[in-house]
Amino acid sequence: MAKFFAVTIIVIAILSAIPILRHTWWMAQDISTHGQAIDEQMSETMAEAGISFLAAQILLAVFIWMFSHSKPGDKIKNFPGGATTMVLGAFLLVGTEVLALGAFGAKAWAKIYFTPPAADALPVQVQAGQFAFYFRYPGPDGKFGPIHPNLVSEANQNFYGIDIDHDADAKDDIVTAEMAVPVNREIHLLMHSKDVGHSFFVPELRVQQDFVPGLDLSVHFTATKIGRYEIVCTQLCGLGHYNMKAYLSVLSQEDYDNWLKKQAALQ
Amino acid sequence: MHETAHAAHQAPTSFIRKHVFSLDHKVIGKQYYGLALVAVMVGMFLSWLMRIHLGWTNFAIPGLHLLSANGAPGNVMTPEYYLQLMTMHATIMVFFVLTTAPFAAFGNYFLPIQVGAEDMPFPRFNMMSFWVTLTAFIVLIASFFVSDGPTLGGWTQYAPLSAVGSVGGPGEGMGVVLWATSIAIFCMGQLLGSLNFITTTLDMRTKGMSMWRLPISSWGWFITSIMGLTAFAVLMPACILLILDHVAGTSFFVPSNLVINDQLQPHAGGSTLLWQHLFWFFGHPEVYIAIVPGMGIVSHVLVANMRRPMLSHRTLIYSFGALAVLSYMVYGHHMFVSGMNPVSSIVFSFPTLIITIPSTIVVLIWLGSLYGARLRINSASLFALGFISMFIAGGVSGFFLAQPSIDIMVHATYFVVGHFHMVMGVAAMFGIFAGTYFWFPKMYGRMMNETLGKVHFWFSFVGTYCIFMPFHYLGLAGNVRRYQAFVVDYMQPLIPLHRFITIAALVTGAAQLIFVFNLFYSRFKGAPAPANPWEATSLEWSTPSSPPPFDNFGGKLPVVYHDPYQYGVEGSTGDYVMQDSPEQIHSVRDEA
Amino acid sequence: MATTVHEPPKLESRPVNVGGSGNFRNMVPAGGLPRTKQQYAPPPASTGIWVALAAIGMTFAALTSALVVRKDGSNDWRHFTLPAILYLNTLILLASSVTLEVARKRVSSFMAAGRVGIANPARWLYLTLGLGFAFVAGQYLAWRQLSAQGLYLATNPSSSFFYVFTAAHALHLIGGLGGLVRVTAKLNTASLRRATLDATSRYWHFMDVLWVYLLLLLWMKL
Repeated sequence: MAKFFAVTIIVIAILSAIPILRHTWWMAQDISTHGQAIDEQMSETMAEAGISFLAAQILLAVFIWMFSHSKPGDKIKNFPGGATTMVLGAFLLVGTEVLALGAFGAKAWAKIYFTPPAADALPVQVQAGQFAFYFRYPGPDGKFGPIHPNLVSEANQNFYGIDIDHDADAKDDIVTAEMAVPVNREIHLLMHSKDVGHSFFVPELRVQQDFVPGLDLSVHFTATKIGRYEIVCTQLCGLGHYNMKAYLSVLSQEDYDNWLKKQAALQ
Repeated sequence: MHETAHAAHQAPTSFIRKHVFSLDHKVIGKQYYGLALVAVMVGMFLSWLMRIHLGWTNFAIPGLHLLSANGAPGNVMTPEYYLQLMTMHATIMVFFVLTTAPFAAFGNYFLPIQVGAEDMPFPRFNMMSFWVTLTAFIVLIASFFVSDGPTLGGWTQYAPLSAVGSVGGPGEGMGVVLWATSIAIFCMGQLLGSLNFITTTLDMRTKGMSMWRLPISSWGWFITSIMGLTAFAVLMPACILLILDHVAGTSFFVPSNLVINDQLQPHAGGSTLLWQHLFWFFGHPEVYIAIVPGMGIVSHVLVANMRRPMLSHRTLIYSFGALAVLSYMVYGHHMFVSGMNPVSSIVFSFPTLIITIPSTIVVLIWLGSLYGARLRINSASLFALGFISMFIAGGVSGFFLAQPSIDIMVHATYFVVGHFHMVMGVAAMFGIFAGTYFWFPKMYGRMMNETLGKVHFWFSFVGTYCIFMPFHYLGLAGNVRRYQAFVVDYMQPLIPLHRFITIAALVTGAAQLIFVFNLFYSRFKGAPAPANPWEATSLEWSTPSSPPPFDNFGGKLPVVYHDPYQYGVEGSTGDYVMQDSPEQIHSVRDEA
Repeated sequence: MATTVHEPPKLESRPVNVGGSGNFRNMVPAGGLPRTKQQYAPPPASTGIWVALAAIGMTFAALTSALVVRKDGSNDWRHFTLPAILYLNTLILLASSVTLEVARKRVSSFMAAGRVGIANPARWLYLTLGLGFAFVAGQYLAWRQLSAQGLYLATNPSSSFFYVFTAAHALHLIGGLGGLVRVTAKLNTASLRRATLDATSRYWHFMDVLWVYLLLLLWMKL
């Protein structure tokens, strides 16, 4: 049975690795400017994790195979170098490997989070609430009208609680159920939660960020490929969590301008 | 001369004192095991319901409406019911199975015996700890029977969803209060348990039993009990603050200006992230609490079946200690994209990456000990070896999750779910199985059926890989977790893989019934066990009977002369010497 | 039993730290018989009480960090003046630690003298108990004073933490009172062990120190 077990381990290890190597189920295409660093980091990590996984499983299998059929008179052997080899190996190989991953990964992270948005980034606000995303564009004045929580009303379709009668900045705000952005233009996404915790995830954009009620956060990104993508909520927010999604259209500048005009007319 | 626990209680005579309200750590250990067994059957059943629903969302599961008329009208699970079942599955498994069985069950039974004591020093607190834990379980299960059902917020119960009350959704009122009450009670029970484990290990060791002579399983329980002390002591006040937000109108965790169902909520100023910090400060050590006893048990079982001590006993134990210490420094890796300061994310990622080192050392010591060993294959050793394989497989996905930049892509996806199920769920279960097959002969004086054990192993090993390895692929493809159905366009192509997983889960789950049958059958009809069926060396195999007598050693405490694993050493041909044997041999000098 | 390789008996080949209690080196002293750990280990009650105090400390540490985060995270924190009776309560609690220490010393000599010839120290325990109950009563009065000002549990985060901290401390203190009652009863039935008395006293003094810490914390932050 030991030999069968050893073979099973190796078969399972190889079968597990195949879908990874063949990218059978893999990340969506990258349409962002910052995503390449993430994808490179992912490949690096996959290689190291993959090698560690296969090496360790194979070693386990080989040792089970080799040392499970002892005969009377066989002597116990110590692994050459003893535990010292193991400890040194762990520190030197694994330690340097993970620290390198950490250092390079920090660079990728810094590019996203430690650089401020460009001065001419297009501001778009997204509000997450049970169970839909709504987006707000500031209109020609470039300013968002203040949110009045006591005026928020799904029934009246006033999702942001804006007061167009009394707030000048709110008059030209455009609120939509779908998000559209012009291609190759940096977007400054302002994130606001209406009620509980949610999260904004667009795999193609390589962006995932939680909404924190009471804290107004933001991320910034640039989309490089025209197309239609999905925004999904990834922070459990209640019974409709699975259904909380919106479409993101990345459009040419011209198409985007037309779209925005159409949306403005619908306000 | 200090009194020992011997003075505290005499052998009981009534049925109630012997089997129900018992002060005997062995009975308490078995009671915990029974609780964990019931809990795992419930938790597994819930997972079957979840998996069927995920594969076939509109399928009417026969009889489901009997479980909940609201949750499954016409036997089709509602979205909220899925989340409620999921929350209960996780809570039951993490607390009442993974913390209870490897630690409270086996630890209570075997730690006092392995240190050479008659019982733990505080038998009444020990008894209380079980009944408190059982009460916590009952309070949790009670939430199935309140009108709105159990809470649906996940075992992590993030605020403000968990704190706003029933406006947040079904189960978010009474369901949350019962959840938080149950967990606070559970924490109390575990603290009483930790008290006993720590004092037993430090103060109750017999003649000649130094700390380094303790078996690795004892070290596993000892280190875990220290972690439990500090972790559960933080979760308890967090749960109490959460309850206050519900019933007393406070705003610890709920910020101002929340609008739910078009109504402005009355809370003000609370901090959402505060809950996450408190919870994960507990939550990360908790996952090590779930796995370290298993590592200890597996090491102990392996040594007996390899007929040689570990490559380095002390290095292994130092590594367990390093894991425990580091586990407090990494908790922010659950919060990389939570909105906390992005600098904190980088800060937390480094200890998270570094914790790979002691984990690797542990695995390498195991592998290195297999080299040159005289490995015996039986159900216990198969599960112990399977643990190593599963721990490797589950552990390497940690490389990804430790890096914030990669976490952007895999946070809150099935990648995380695959990671923790393999490295903690399945691995810890294998540790429990290994311990059960190994120690059953000592607990009941009978052997478990080896054929059934091996069948159980093969289904479990292959089956759990079939279930959980694909979770990683789903996660890479962006399959978000905690979804009751997949209506998102890009997730449609993933549904066939979900169906494959469901089938694997049902088959593997059914195979667990072989184990349950084996347990009960062997209890009454198993082959009588010799005193030391595995030819093992630690003190539990020196008890005068199986099961051990009331005071473990029949009135005469053993004297320890040897390190715990005097099996064949380099150059010898596999003789073994029990710890309490006065025979002198050429002792292994531990080089660490 | 298995056969062995032949070599002269070697109990220990490393120099061993022989003296002291609670050290974790190999306990087989060179040339001597192995002693039971139980013979020179601290009594389990002593270790146990440190374990319990560690857990209680962690709980209050968690609540402290909750207070700090909650206060600094938003602008709705309203300061208020702590009721003056708290300072009196503090003195009462400190006094109770003094009387408990007196009791402890006298119990030792009382037990050593075989319970004759020395005044029964139980009165010092009763005094400690009385002071302890007075403290709890005083805390209740503080609550009454606060609610008379309109400050309840949910009124403001500052008042919330006041009630949570004082209630948590008082609950643990009441546990300590129970321990003292038990010690007194055992003294009166001549079944009191030194370890029990010491452990209970340590717990009580910790509650004292904890209260002083909490008072400082509340005074600084609230």
